Amino acid sequence: MKKFSWRLVIVIGVILAAFVYVLPSFKPALWPHKKINLGLDLQGGMHLVLEVDTEKAVEGTVERIAQELKDQVKKERIRNISIDRIEGSKISVIIRDPDNVAEFDKLLDKDFKDLRILSRSNDGGNLVITMDLPDKRTEQIKKMATDQALETIRNRIDQFGVSEPDIRRQGEKRLLIQLPGIKDTKRAKELIGRTAQLEFKLVDETHDLDAALEGNLPPGSQILYQVKVDALTHRTSKTPFLIKKRSLLSGAYLTDASVQIDSQYNEPYVGIDFNRKGARIFERITGANVKKRLAIVLDNKVYSAPVIQEKISGGSARITGNFSTEEARDLAIVLRAGALPAPVNIIEERTVGPSLGSDSINKGLISVCIGGILVVFFMIIYYKTSGLIADFALILNILLIAGGLAGFQATLTLPGIAGIILTIGMAVDANVLIFERIREEMSLGKTPRAAVDAGYARATLTILDANVTTLIAALVLFQFGTGPVKGFAVTLSLGVIASLFTALVLTRAIFDYLLINRKIKTISI
Amino acid sequence: MQFIKPDVNIDFIGKRKIAFIISSVMILISIASLIIHGGPRYGVDFAGGTLIQVKFLNPTAINDIKSGLDTIGLKKSSVQMFGAADDNEYLIRTDKSLMTDREFSEEVSQALKFSTKNDLEIRRIEMVGPQVGKDLREKALFAMFFSLLFITIYISGRFELKWILSGVMAGALMSAVYFLSLFHVSTPFLIGAALVVTLILFWFLKLKYAMGAIVALIHDVSITVGIFSICGKEFTLPIIAALLTIIGYSLNDTIIVFDRIRENSRKNQKNPLHAIINRSINETLSRTILTSLTTLTVVVCLFVLGGGIIHDFAFAMIIGILVGTYSSVYVASPILIAWQGQKKQK
Repeated sequence: MKKFSWRLVIVIGVILAAFVYVLPSFKPALWPHKKINLGLDLQGGMHLVLEVDTEKAVEGTVERIAQELKDQVKKERIRNISIDRIEGSKISVIIRDPDNVAEFDKLLDKDFKDLRILSRSNDGGNLVITMDLPDKRTEQIKKMATDQALETIRNRIDQFGVSEPDIRRQGEKRLLIQLPGIKDTKRAKELIGRTAQLEFKLVDETHDLDAALEGNLPPGSQILYQVKVDALTHRTSKTPFLIKKRSLLSGAYLTDASVQIDSQYNEPYVGIDFNRKGARIFERITGANVKKRLAIVLDNKVYSAPVIQEKISGGSARITGNFSTEEARDLAIVLRAGALPAPVNIIEERTVGPSLGSDSINKGLISVCIGGILVVFFMIIYYKTSGLIADFALILNILLIAGGLAGFQATLTLPGIAGIILTIGMAVDANVLIFERIREEMSLGKTPRAAVDAGYARATLTILDANVTTLIAALVLFQFGTGPVKGFAVTLSLGVIASLFTALVLTRAIFDYLLINRKIKTISI
Repeated sequence: MQFIKPDVNIDFIGKRKIAFIISSVMILISIASLIIHGGPRYGVDFAGGTLIQVKFLNPTAINDIKSGLDTIGLKKSSVQMFGAADDNEYLIRTDKSLMTDREFSEEVSQALKFSTKNDLEIRRIEMVGPQVGKDLREKALFAMFFSLLFITIYISGRFELKWILSGVMAGALMSAVYFLSLFHVSTPFLIGAALVVTLILFWFLKLKYAMGAIVALIHDVSITVGIFSICGKEFTLPIIAALLTIIGYSLNDTIIVFDRIRENSRKNQKNPLHAIINRSINETLSRTILTSLTTLTVVVCLFVLGGGIIHDFAFAMIIGILVGTYSSVYVASPILIAWQGQKKQK
């Protein structure tokens, strides 16, 4: 009698808890608990894996150090020396005047201690030094680049406005991004993937552009293009510019970027504000280069190259370029959120349209219902009243899985629904095992109560053993899986645990109730 | 109602030689098919590439779709019908995976609209880069291997109380696999070698229950893979999920028979082992058939009603359940007798 009551308490408690968790998924107004999460394959959306090109971040740092070295050398008036970044992330220094070596070494020791010297050799009277960054520092830069990319992209997505995005790091340099329910995938990708490296550079007006286009590139300059798309004819036009390589000011000094409308042409542009240091630099470069053209370069594309009319103080500028309002808004977002420390590449993309998602849900639910009904009928026909008890357990089983999904905030995917269907088939297994045992015991001539006791006692261990192995497979699957497959592992594990509970605790409680409280003398099995 | 009468006594063990021949032939056919087809046919998940699912408003000829793809440089793509005929849905698959250009899906949509003169909706795009595909392939193999390993530890622990022995062995195997993977040994080779070593170890350590289970599992998985290869179906992530579930399911069956064997051999130790095994299989036969039937019922429902995306998954499960049921009766249990033969020879 006592044994019976604790089972009943547990059963009722678990059922109530499952109800509490499941109900908000159907009637959200009842109480504030989150609904069952639907995976991207069911509700539509986009799954992206990005790889951060961390090598480029290292190159960028080395380039900056090389630039600093050049500046210092110039400041200290060390002449006949050339400094270049070679082979990606190495700095090569060639000193042509032996008298300058001592001075250069002094400079290196003073300000550039963290450079590692790879080789130092004499090449026909010139001293050639190659340097790079120590491995530890490189690793650090790479790690920082990934972390920073993650933060920046999260910022951009937050500002873009996606409900419940999932952004996380995956391995060393990969980022996993899930955007449920997103419709304009093209725009989202553009927003996420853009490096958004904003630079202000002078136009090289002392050299001939045509000569440069023919391959006669003056040192220190490069050719960049301005790309324009005509809104009416969809034609793209590319205008080349000869731009000095040296970046005078970058987007790192931005404090704000916002969409504004030009009152004269009624065209949107992006207004940017610099912080105090940026404003000072901007004032200085505009003051020093009056009547020259300053190019605004974003990700190596020229947006505009206006002539500086006068010194600009106050620290604000505008980026124009035939934007649509949407483009201007997205540009403002990426500028505000900051540049990515290194370019990112999309290496995996899965997009599911919303209509396909709802199709999948419908088909999945129909399969669950039909499969369930067939099994329910089968059990009643085969085991009669006991079958009915097993069916009751089966329905509770599904309720428990749903409750588990909601309770753990797990995600239901299409393979997850397949997992539920599979559990329906396998959940009756535990009951079949018990019932077959009870039948065996009864055929040995035991009373119903003794047969039920013996049946459960014998079958319990078998059921545990059999289900633990399925659980092991499910856990490995969870470890290995991504997205949909993980969802399958979740429902399968929940199903196994639920079926253990319903078979060993719930149906036992019902049998006990019938045999002890109702004192029935025969069981129909 | 009862399908199987309680006093049923079929001589399963006596027919083990026939079963052995059937199983061997099926495995050989599977391997042959894999060799002829040059390995399993990988889907985009594992091979890398792009998959596009398009739904047209009206019936459309495949050739029109192909000519549309030609115009945007996707000449080598394969186009096949997807789902029911009146859905007008098609799967387009290309080997190119670097089409992350922003305009890509729009480009495809425009080109197809023009060539088929039909309105359409792009319902799904899956793009997997070659590196990701390779990573997933390795992860899948490792997942299969580790689940097999963990399961066998559990079995030898529970059935033979050799927790420590099997644990140490598994630890050694895992560290060996990890150590070798540092030297960039190709993963399929690595896993294959690890499996062979595992089998040899089981044999010499006389972990017979674990041996029976793992042989049955390898049997089930390789036959399922073989049938997939013969049918020309693709391996994708959900199929790996199906294979792992088959491992779990088939084991379920096997363990229930083993459990009965353990119980019966405690009860009457005088009987010869093959008689005990045969009796145990007969006693559990009713349950084996019932559970397989109910599971098969729901999986067939899924196969018929679940829609195109889950179709192959359900197909794999159907094969797996059939083969898994067969193997727990005819493969796993007879292996327990293998050691007996060895003793007699001495």
